[in-house]
Amino acid sequence: MLGFLVRRLVLVTPVLLGILFITFALGRLIPGDPCMIALGEHFTPEACAQFRERTGLNDTILVQFLHYLGNLAHGNFGTSLRTSQAVTGIVLLRLPMTLELTICAMLFATVVGIPLGVFSATRHNSAADVLTMITANFGVSMPVFWLGLMLAYLFAIMLKGTPLWLPPSGRLTPGTTVPPLTTTFHLQNLSGLPLAIVTFASNMVVFNSLITGNWPVLGDALRHLILPAIAVGTIPMAIIARMTRSSLLEVLGLEYIRTARAKGLSERVVIYRHALRNAMLPIVTVVGLQLGTLLGGAVLTETVFGLPGVGTFLVGSIFARDYSVVQAFTVIIALIFVVVNLVVDASYAYLDPRVRPQ
Amino acid sequence: MATDSALESKVYTKAPNSLWYNALRHLLKKRSAVVGIAMLGMLVATAILAPVIAPYDPAQILDGAKRNTPPCIHLLGCPADQPQHIFGIDGNSRDFFSRVVYGSRLSLEIGIVSVSFAIVVGTLLGAVASYGGGWLDSVVMRMMDVLLAFPSLLLAIAIVAVLGPGLINTLLAISIVSIPHYARVARSSVISVKELDFVTASRALGESSTRILFRRILPNALTPLIVIGTLGIATAILDAAALSFLGLGAQPPTPEWGLMLGEERNNLFNAPFLLFIPGIAIMITVLGFNLLGDGLRDALDPRLNH
Repeated sequence: MLGFLVRRLVLVTPVLLGILFITFALGRLIPGDPCMIALGEHFTPEACAQFRERTGLNDTILVQFLHYLGNLAHGNFGTSLRTSQAVTGIVLLRLPMTLELTICAMLFATVVGIPLGVFSATRHNSAADVLTMITANFGVSMPVFWLGLMLAYLFAIMLKGTPLWLPPSGRLTPGTTVPPLTTTFHLQNLSGLPLAIVTFASNMVVFNSLITGNWPVLGDALRHLILPAIAVGTIPMAIIARMTRSSLLEVLGLEYIRTARAKGLSERVVIYRHALRNAMLPIVTVVGLQLGTLLGGAVLTETVFGLPGVGTFLVGSIFARDYSVVQAFTVIIALIFVVVNLVVDASYAYLDPRVRPQ
Repeated sequence: MATDSALESKVYTKAPNSLWYNALRHLLKKRSAVVGIAMLGMLVATAILAPVIAPYDPAQILDGAKRNTPPCIHLLGCPADQPQHIFGIDGNSRDFFSRVVYGSRLSLEIGIVSVSFAIVVGTLLGAVASYGGGWLDSVVMRMMDVLLAFPSLLLAIAIVAVLGPGLINTLLAISIVSIPHYARVARSSVISVKELDFVTASRALGESSTRILFRRILPNALTPLIVIGTLGIATAILDAAALSFLGLGAQPPTPEWGLMLGEERNNLFNAPFLLFIPGIAIMITVLGFNLLGDGLRDALDPRLNH
């Protein structure tokens, strides 16, 4: 198992380097002179020469790339031109929201998508099956942000005054605050990586309120996450349902399923214990690949629901030509995507002994 | 049963166009594909006839029209003395119906142009990589792997960030992001046929490599490219709408559906109809391409015994 993982890691290294190089290159391709952009009205040829020397713009591309890698390894993403804050701080503040949304959406997509696919497959060609698949077809064809707007309209405006009402925007009800974990657990003298990790965890409001037992805040945060999570998770949910259905149908036609049924096993055991496990491999692949859709969808949906995550900040940064922020978010999200798919690869070996190397 | 149909197809096989003829026959037998074709047919007709159907210019600000006026349809009891606006008036006093009608042109253009560009570049890369083999193959395909390792919408956003917001840059970004899919398909098709006898025969006859690649090998890669291209148009339209919604794609006053949703999104409370219609339009378009693509996949798949 360990050897298997190491081999996968070796295979993924060129891809990782490629990702890093592309994000680095994108940063160098922005039109305009970087020192003119950075210095703005303080621009003079002498100041520019100094700036180039100081920021390493006079070095060769390879040296600059190595510098970039070194900075990344230290968690240094540069400074935001727009807010003059360290980009690392912005990432620690904004990324937890986006991840929280992505995880909730992923949960929704799998927890609803897989049973829906099983439901459809076991009632193959029935009216229920056809209806489910038509719904899934509509599900994959909807723009995420539009679904978000429609859900907000339905739950926040039409159902206003009923118990089903859900908040249309924000992360928490205004006025609610979550104490940082550093204060709760008296960790003020942390620094460096441990501090970054604790700050990150602390900014994941759901996680924070869960481990501190802050139930009212937890409930409030979850209520605010329901609509965005459904909006982001719907396309992946539909895709997972379709994949589950076709994969399960294929397996259900195999001989060993007939044997299992002939043994007198209950239909439930046949489907869930025998068929679904073998049908799981393509489903897991799709779940991993859908993470890309989910992260993209999260970025879009945040802007609809006014959630303070990566998306809202990213769009503002693009208009402000604040490239270090765009670069940092792009590289981090791409790395998350690669790592998750690596985990998916590893989970094949767990699910299917045939993939496990001897 | 299986042998019967095999015999039949041997006896009745028609001249060269039988693959396409059969594909079309199977396509028309599938109800969902027919629905998709009908939806796209209506959409294409709307796009072509837009100047005839739309009562106003899509960018024209109407004098005296009140912003966010709900739909007024004479047939449904709207007083005859009021001007008819069947989808209402948008937040900038423009006829919303005309904007939605003209939007069909943009969405079709965006989908078809970006996918065509991606197919051409992707096929060339994939074909050259597999035909050349060796280090060329490794370099090109590793580059494609890297592009695929990004979540596609985010890479498109990053590219637009570098190129600057705008419709053309959005098209380019969406194309670049989808190139690897086509390159992979083209590559595997070329690999599967390049050692076959008819290719060896062409080579023995002294045909040039370019001619063999373009006239003998690539036509065999066409069917899978058509299928994923059709599905790719659906994705391209969704992604372009998303970028326009964020303000990174089409710029005002272009009647682009995603941009219209972005412009009107603060009207959710007082004029929700302005948000229902463009979304439904996007959904119908994307659904049409998805249904057609799924149908084509089944119809063109030689492994499926129809």
